[in-house]
Amino acid sequence: MKTVRCSILGFGAVGQGVAEVLLMKKEYMKSIGLEILVVAVVDSKGAAVNPDGVDLADCLSRKRTKGTVGVEKLTAVEVIKSVDHELVIETTPTNIVTGGAGLQNMLAAFETGKDVITSNKGPLTLKYKELMEAAKNSGSKFRFEATVGGSMPVINLANEVLAGNRIKSIKGILNGTCNYILTRMLEERASYKDILAEAKELGIAESDPAYDVDGIDTACKLVILANAIFGLNVTYRDVEVTGITKITPDALEMAYERGHVIKLIGEVSRERIHVAPRLVPINHPLDVRGTLNVASIDTELAGEITVTGKGAGPIETASAILSDLVAIYANQ
Amino acid sequence: MRVSMDIELKDVPGQMLLALQPLPEFKANLITVLHHHQKRTPRKTVPVQLVLEVKPETIGAIKAKLEESGIRVVRVGEQRFRESINVILIGHVVHSGIQDTIDEIDKTGFAEVVELSLSMPGINLLSSALIRIDAEGKEDLQKALDILKTVSAKKDLLMVLPIDIHA
Ligand SMILES: NC(=O)c1ccc[n+]([C@@H]2O[C@H](COP(=O)([O-])OP(=O)(O)OC[C@H]3O[C@@H](n4cnc5c(N)ncnc54)[C@H](OP(=O)(O)O)[C@@H]3O)[C@@H](O)[C@H]2O)c1
Repeated sequence: MKTVRCSILGFGAVGQGVAEVLLMKKEYMKSIGLEILVVAVVDSKGAAVNPDGVDLADCLSRKRTKGTVGVEKLTAVEVIKSVDHELVIETTPTNIVTGGAGLQNMLAAFETGKDVITSNKGPLTLKYKELMEAAKNSGSKFRFEATVGGSMPVINLANEVLAGNRIKSIKGILNGTCNYILTRMLEERASYKDILAEAKELGIAESDPAYDVDGIDTACKLVILANAIFGLNVTYRDVEVTGITKITPDALEMAYERGHVIKLIGEVSRERIHVAPRLVPINHPLDVRGTLNVASIDTELAGEITVTGKGAGPIETASAILSDLVAIYANQ
Repeated sequence: MRVSMDIELKDVPGQMLLALQPLPEFKANLITVLHHHQKRTPRKTVPVQLVLEVKPETIGAIKAKLEESGIRVVRVGEQRFRESINVILIGHVVHSGIQDTIDEIDKTGFAEVVELSLSMPGINLLSSALIRIDAEGKEDLQKALDILKTVSAKKDLLMVLPIDIHA
């Protein structure tokens, strides 16, 4: 049995999802020879630390009743530097301007020779090359399947499952909020404004939706794909971006009458990275509805391979984190 | 209007010249000539396809003139565009002059706006238009889209293109 000691940095929706999945999968992990020992859980207010493993069920209930897991006034970076462990699961909020706490956490993790699994796009869109170099220099593993498409495998699919295939392009819907809004606008013949309000009410859109509806989130995911799959070295500024705020119900209806839906499509190839609303034929593989995500990978040998799945949700995102975890440690 | 004309030439020198001679007289503009050198019809003639820009009322006369000089005219038909796409424009489509936009494309001769649906929900609200553009070939279509792209940028219109088009 191999014991992997890890920390969970950020204990919001995804961090808690990871804790739940680790509880659920304890036996399974044992069956593949792994014991995952969470030695620290950190949120913005403090940390719970135990070198023998914190009680995850207890952390979850404390977070839900008290609003924090913190029993000690320790920051994430302090935990990384002072608590002995080999894996950092980084799930703090995305910040695409400075990289936020996530960037500091990842750099500190690599500095101290730890592996990192993250769902946090911010640091990867800003400092991909630096992070990869830092990981390489310390011999750390660095995986981030959860940053693109939530539960849906894209990065590992292209790089590992399809290994050997040259990837020509990837096109898809990488933001569930936009897909929900466009789907509902067509269904209800309702305005962008009305459906946005509905999406906020349901918790599908943030109170400040700009990051999603202006196409920024999609662009960030394309940047990660461009760097991780196409071997480019690009940042957000290299993406041409148009969002969905101008789409009208009339436009959706006219398109529909001629056999098309309008989707916010992200597209990446070696030549171009591009986000814009596009006309997609009804029943085309990219015509998925609601909050679903989808990606079509155009490969040299295998043609087009399309995956679709839930782009967000705590358990769904934790599923991608779990797959990264198994990929790193199961065969070591 | 643009027509394609399938003709058959005798397999002797000077026939092509003979075929083209009547065109200036009727102010017909030759767009393309497809000359199937290798092919022969059962009548041992050489099939040729002309694409012409002509006034519709002159077609009959051109045909008669060709037949007078012993050239067989097999078929005359309106030139079919081979490529067609739908594009959506959103913004102040009408106020920014949709007609100009259409004219810009029609003016090219190789592409044409063949359908326009327009919805204007009210003043201050964005209007939406769906236009269908037909073009002779893929490159022509791309050129027409480039024109549309320039116009849209100038007029602050959002252009929604089909997924399989290089946007
Ligand atoms: N939600 C999804 O479905 C989803 C899907 C894919 C990727 N992601 C990405 O995953 C990450 C987490 O998302 P989420 O939905 O779980 O966000 P969230 O619910 O806002 O949780 C963020 C967590 O990070 C903590 N935090 C903030 N600043 C911190 C700091 N300086 N040090 C330590 N902890 C800090 C917060 O603490 P408090 O609890 O004290 O506020 C909170 O627990 C984001 O980067 C997001 O983009 C999310």
